[in-house]
Amino acid sequence: MAHFVAHGSLRLDAVVPAEMNAEAIGFLGRGVPGVPYGSAVADAYPEGSFARRLLDIPAVAGALRSLVGPDPRVDHHAVHVREPREGAAQPLHGDAIIDVRTDAFDVQLMYYPQDVTLDMGGTLSVPGSHLRRTNETDTGRYQNLLGQSRLVCPAGTVVFLHHGLWHGGRRNDSDAVRYMFKIRFNPTVRQRRLWDTSALGDPRVAEELSTTFPWYEPATGRLEIYNRVLLWRSLTGDESFDLEHWVTRVSNRPQERVA
Amino acid sequence: MTTRQQVLVLYLATSALDSPVVGWSVYDGTGRTSPTTGDSDEPPYKSGVDALRDGWRLFQAAQLIPPYPGSEYDVSFLKHEFFFEKLVDAG
Repeated sequence: MAHFVAHGSLRLDAVVPAEMNAEAIGFLGRGVPGVPYGSAVADAYPEGSFARRLLDIPAVAGALRSLVGPDPRVDHHAVHVREPREGAAQPLHGDAIIDVRTDAFDVQLMYYPQDVTLDMGGTLSVPGSHLRRTNETDTGRYQNLLGQSRLVCPAGTVVFLHHGLWHGGRRNDSDAVRYMFKIRFNPTVRQRRLWDTSALGDPRVAEELSTTFPWYEPATGRLEIYNRVLLWRSLTGDESFDLEHWVTRVSNRPQERVA
Repeated sequence: MTTRQQVLVLYLATSALDSPVVGWSVYDGTGRTSPTTGDSDEPPYKSGVDALRDGWRLFQAAQLIPPYPGSEYDVSFLKHEFFFEKLVDAG
């Protein structure tokens, strides 16, 4: 979870079996009918359907439960197709309207049924951008950021993104059609200690949460860490957690009068 | 001779023009290239001054705007944006 809070994403390589990937390539090109916003998973995806089997893969189910908890709602889903040599990339963006929640987040599941090579224009994402308050494609002016992630992955890879993460489909310069199936989930429970928290006291948690990225300006990068501490406090309920004493220091407003 | 503008946008680590590049975009008015989102992991220059040394002309730098009261800890767009141009013979 500390990795997700720092990076804004969680990647599970090749967790979907080959036969399901082959099945997906067959139908994703024809599109998947939409479901009403806020559908329960069981209503949106009947037992036996492809999406339901995808969500029932233990690694996928475990990650989803850890991030948004049991019984999330399906916000929406979409099939994204990048055509061969299509000449254009998506602008860098965050999905939906600006979403400034600090004590809750949606996750976007992104499933890649085929091997994705660099020239197939895999999804671009910007690690650590999820807490930035920018609206949709207003970040479209940015083409490249130092330390960006240009997805190259084996077939059957699933990536979970925090709803705020900057991302976009890169230009497909190959001769192959590239598919991606996306589902956005809304939590229905408070996102507090939903994962295996037995390692909360491990020093690697603070180390992970202290991660900075090459594209951060040094000054703003400190604010990123500050905001990450607030999110970690919200996720754990531990109001004493801090990094470098930053949140503790700037919220220190003693009320006791000198005797 | 037909002249066209090439535009380079550099995002720097601090407000100083000689600080390191952390982000970049290129727009080519000649139509000879089509730079786009996510097309390179390597910045074209190490710093803004390196771009000047290569002949790019700076024409705009981001203003330094203090945070609005109550928004001091908000993070948003990259702050240190510098626009450069080159005028190129398009034939």
